[in-house]
Amino acid sequence: MDVRAQIAAVFHLDKCIGCHTCSIACKNIWTDRKGLEYAWWNNVETKPGTGYPTLWEDQEKYKGGWELANGELRLKLGGRVSRLINLFYNPYLPTIDDYYEPWTYRYEDLFNSPEMDVQPVARPISMITGEPIEIEAGPNWDDDLSGTPVYARNDPNLKNLSEEERQKLFEFERVVFFYVPRICNHCLNPGCVAACPAGAIYKRAEDGIVLISQEKCRAWRMCISGCPYKKVYFNWNTGKSEKCILCYPRVETGMAPACFHSCVGRIRYLGVILYDADRIEESAKKSDRDLVDAQRDIILNPFDEEVIKAAKANGIHESVIEYAQKSPVYKFVKEWKIAFPLHPEYRTMPMVFYVPPLLPIMAFRKGEIYELAKDFFSTPESVRIPVRYLSNLFTAGNEDHINYALKKMLALRLYKRAQNAKDVPEEEVKKMMQQMELTPEVAEEMYRLMSLPTFHERFVIPPSHRELSVERSADVYDTKASVGFGFRKPPQRGM
Amino acid sequence: MLDLFLFVGFPYIAIALAIAVGIYRYFSDRFSYSSLSTQFLENNKLFWGSISWHYGILLILLAHLTAFLLPDLHLAVVGGPLRAVVLEVTGWALAMYSLFGLVLLAIRRLSDTRVAVTSNLADWLLLLSLIVQVALGLYVAVFYSWGGLWFTQTASSWLWSLFTLRPDISYVQTMPWAVKLHFFMAFVIILLFPFTRLVHVFTVPITYLWRPYQVVIWVRKSVRGV
Repeated sequence: MDVRAQIAAVFHLDKCIGCHTCSIACKNIWTDRKGLEYAWWNNVETKPGTGYPTLWEDQEKYKGGWELANGELRLKLGGRVSRLINLFYNPYLPTIDDYYEPWTYRYEDLFNSPEMDVQPVARPISMITGEPIEIEAGPNWDDDLSGTPVYARNDPNLKNLSEEERQKLFEFERVVFFYVPRICNHCLNPGCVAACPAGAIYKRAEDGIVLISQEKCRAWRMCISGCPYKKVYFNWNTGKSEKCILCYPRVETGMAPACFHSCVGRIRYLGVILYDADRIEESAKKSDRDLVDAQRDIILNPFDEEVIKAAKANGIHESVIEYAQKSPVYKFVKEWKIAFPLHPEYRTMPMVFYVPPLLPIMAFRKGEIYELAKDFFSTPESVRIPVRYLSNLFTAGNEDHINYALKKMLALRLYKRAQNAKDVPEEEVKKMMQQMELTPEVAEEMYRLMSLPTFHERFVIPPSHRELSVERSADVYDTKASVGFGFRKPPQRGM
Repeated sequence: MLDLFLFVGFPYIAIALAIAVGIYRYFSDRFSYSSLSTQFLENNKLFWGSISWHYGILLILLAHLTAFLLPDLHLAVVGGPLRAVVLEVTGWALAMYSLFGLVLLAIRRLSDTRVAVTSNLADWLLLLSLIVQVALGLYVAVFYSWGGLWFTQTASSWLWSLFTLRPDISYVQTMPWAVKLHFFMAFVIILLFPFTRLVHVFTVPITYLWRPYQVVIWVRKSVRGV
């Protein structure tokens, strides 16, 4: 058992209102710079939709992530030699047009315009070339299903839905959508790390954050293809790849990452989990059906004496183990089993988990009694978003997991409804609770964490013990009282 | 006197600067080491330009290097009349192939506005030098044929005299101007190495072939003395 720690996250999609506050918080801190104007380390997508960059889930086009070839894990990009052969031209690289050309407006035209019969207009200009452009795409161009025929209908996750199911999704009267906020998944088996010819990308064992060494990156561009989530961005100005750093300067000092902190719907949870690094490869090789279970299995029980012993032997600090025991992520993923990785079939073992949306449920009032549609989940027509669609997104097609999670959350909803509104038959609630192995204690705990969590219940961030790292790498008295002011060179293209 | 500077002084200066500045830059400003790819901004012309240029020049340089390092082997390979013809024609083809790529890359850099705005003086200086150098090489190959044979007696001997610190310009002094210019430009490009994106040549990621796929760093374990 090789125990490592990982700061992992849960996004509760039923609570996401698609306000993009997370994206803006991130943009303001990290990517509001020349070369990364187009990049959104955090973005929010409307589903069904084609996302950002357009069709990022189409791995036949972008070749991201891993595939099984004769029982062995192989990058979808091909073997190692092919990476070197393609150094001069990466055939699977998305270009800026797959994202969008960033633009601003020539506002000064509004002030400098001569007197005319019509109002002056601020023309959009490209932030790359400075020339006027026609705006043809943006980071959330298909927000709230806009342009459905072009975008939502081409969502790769609709692949195995029946024609009837598709029609129903987009029927005007019952059209349905939800939001998927995305950041770097800080995977256990990252494709970007494996694809980088220069070895510039690495995973920190202490907290699992995946980072790109800006000094080692040589712009070979393979990470951008290797990441199936398209969460590595090329800075066209400095000629270096960049990605979400999970706000490690904040996390190291006990603060939540900016996108988590600013989340209006409070959908985000952050906590540390312990996992067994010896079993990463074996788990990533499981069949599609078993991938979610395999990923759960590799997450270790932080209360287990054996695990605690192995963790300590690996240099994981006692306080980190304590925080792992309080981790909300552990509860959502392991105990309650209602949070799933995004596209586990890419086999990178992503560490951001999603609670699938229940969406406004189909229910009706019968006299004084609130009743759910009969046989809520077994008949596809009663579910507004097909379970098959959700399973394509979150469980590599395994519908059992999605059914279980939705039913469990529904049982919880009924339990609270019976408690507060008292208009649900009690036997009904009891039956459903029993079926979902939900005790009143667990239900209360789930309710608390999902509906009324405090800041510190949502973000349980272990101390990073920087002092240990610093003391071991340098004698702190060497640098004491030395340089208070210094010079820093801004990043610049080439020499 | 001019020959002495061009073929003894200048090569030494160029090599010394390339090594010294290259190392200095590596340790003081490693961030600047990058191939500065623009594929992200323009994809189509790059396909034709970059692949032609890189593979063309790699094979040509390989031939130059063999002739220089292993002259006996080289002569044995091109020794027969038929083989000499094959090598000669292959050389022309490769030179045209890489020149085509380079010119296309230059056109791309000029005409594609996105790529143009990322270009600086160093990029242009390098690109133009390379075009001149490859064009000169092609000119020499066509008008002073059988270079595969005379290279070892002239250029190789001169280069060896430089490397063994017994510089002797008699090997190159009587060469035609185009050949001389080709020799000189070679060292101009070496001089440009540490000041341009050409440094990416020295960071070719060959270790990728055997390193483990995943890179995991224990901050507290990787530091010295622990």
